[in-house]
Amino acid sequence: MAEVEVTREGAVQTIILNRPEVFNAFNRALHAGLRQALKDARDPEVRAVVVTGAGKGFCAGQDLKEFSEGGDVGDSLRATYHPNVLAIRALEKPVIAAVNGACAGAGLSFACACDIRIASDAASFVPGFIGIGLVPDAGGTHFIHRLLGAPRAFEWMTSNRRLTAAEAHAWGLVSEVVEAGGLAARAAELGAFYAGLPTRAIGMTKRLFDHADTASLDEQLELEAQLQSVAVQTSDFREGVTAFLEKRPPGFTGV
Amino acid sequence: MTLERDGRVGIVLMNRPKQLNALSGELMGAVVGALQELDADPEIRAIVLGGGERAFAAGADIGELAEGTPVSLYDNRRIDEWDTIRDLRTPLVAAVSGFCLGGGCELAMLCDVIVASESATFGQPEINLGMLPGAGGTQRLARAIGKAVAMDMILTGRMLSAREALGFGLVARVVAKEAWLDEAKRVAREIAAKGPIAVRLAKEAVDQAFETPLAAGTAFERRSFYLARASEDAGEGLQAFVEKRAPDFKGR
Repeated sequence: MAEVEVTREGAVQTIILNRPEVFNAFNRALHAGLRQALKDARDPEVRAVVVTGAGKGFCAGQDLKEFSEGGDVGDSLRATYHPNVLAIRALEKPVIAAVNGACAGAGLSFACACDIRIASDAASFVPGFIGIGLVPDAGGTHFIHRLLGAPRAFEWMTSNRRLTAAEAHAWGLVSEVVEAGGLAARAAELGAFYAGLPTRAIGMTKRLFDHADTASLDEQLELEAQLQSVAVQTSDFREGVTAFLEKRPPGFTGV
Repeated sequence: MTLERDGRVGIVLMNRPKQLNALSGELMGAVVGALQELDADPEIRAIVLGGGERAFAAGADIGELAEGTPVSLYDNRRIDEWDTIRDLRTPLVAAVSGFCLGGGCELAMLCDVIVASESATFGQPEINLGMLPGAGGTQRLARAIGKAVAMDMILTGRMLSAREALGFGLVARVVAKEAWLDEAKRVAREIAAKGPIAVRLAKEAVDQAFETPLAAGTAFERRSFYLARASEDAGEGLQAFVEKRAPDFKGR
């Protein structure tokens, strides 16, 4: 069995972290599988991506067995986590994390790098890092700070409190919680919904939000104007307007 | 390479996509020839020099460099040909998307304004090949962004993202990756709409900032300023401003 399983259902690509015996902890093979899967997701036929875990966990973070093998940790992060985190942000289509179970450490950072998070009621969220004397990595401080705001993010990441799915929902960390048995179906449904939307406009919206993190209002308005000039040239824009005038639902093709 | 004219803007696009626009002698010869042709055309008031989406130009043609001997490289004066780009009087806007490395970065720096796609990457990675920049990189990069980052880039091969390049002052604008060519053309059209005499004098004056002591540079500027005032266009521009209407520049 491969460390990362990839399935395709219509325009939805599902990436399954597949080391269930260790709650899908990251090792080099899993990183490599993920890298390939994210590369495959660039296929224009793919219009939405779902990421989930096999077995009881979503992702327990770094596999500490491999972590202690020596070598420079910074270099290892640069070579493994960074390209995959950046690949998720660079993927111009929605990436949905379906958090099926324990989501800890770098696994939490990874889920937070995605665009949308839904969780099973069996999921739990644990910062992890501080518990063993480490700082959050894999983008955790970047994404969680933005998702929760600095005060709550700092308190959570330093207290190392375990959050239930319901608490994560109340905090806005996940957008919905479903019964454990129904998570896969709900993730597929959400994936299919997003795969039917105007993909280019979704991808550009994603870029605009990422840009807004560091841009001034002037810069943001300028990029909006440039990307709107691109959006009006898409077939999906023509279809959207035509469907609106004809009072029928639009059939977007993602181009 | 393609050359087209869009009103008063000339557009030269390097087109060796498979080689990521490696700057062979042949390609550079064609580029320089096209730029000189456009520069000589009185209808053309600004020029866009661009590459493709993946690369403005990824560097020198490594094959040519590897085959060349020091004497043959010295004799054929290919790099000297690049210097003629600085003699052009028409403003040059570099439209940079993707890789802009080595000779590509040096070529972009030969232009007057660099418009970069957010996807662009700038670097002088010659050091990785046991070489150093040979077409002005050490001089123009240091002048463009200062010693600190120029040294870092040239000695370690560090690459800059478009946003870093904007922050350091290497590029003038960063635009959406879909819009790099359109935005570069827009900048060129803006320049082309100004009075061409003032534009050329201004370009020469700014260039003097890198060639002369301050006093000589400001003296050069002042003479250019008086010279521009003698043009019909300046009369028209001042009159139009007073009359609150758009000026109609004739290039006289």
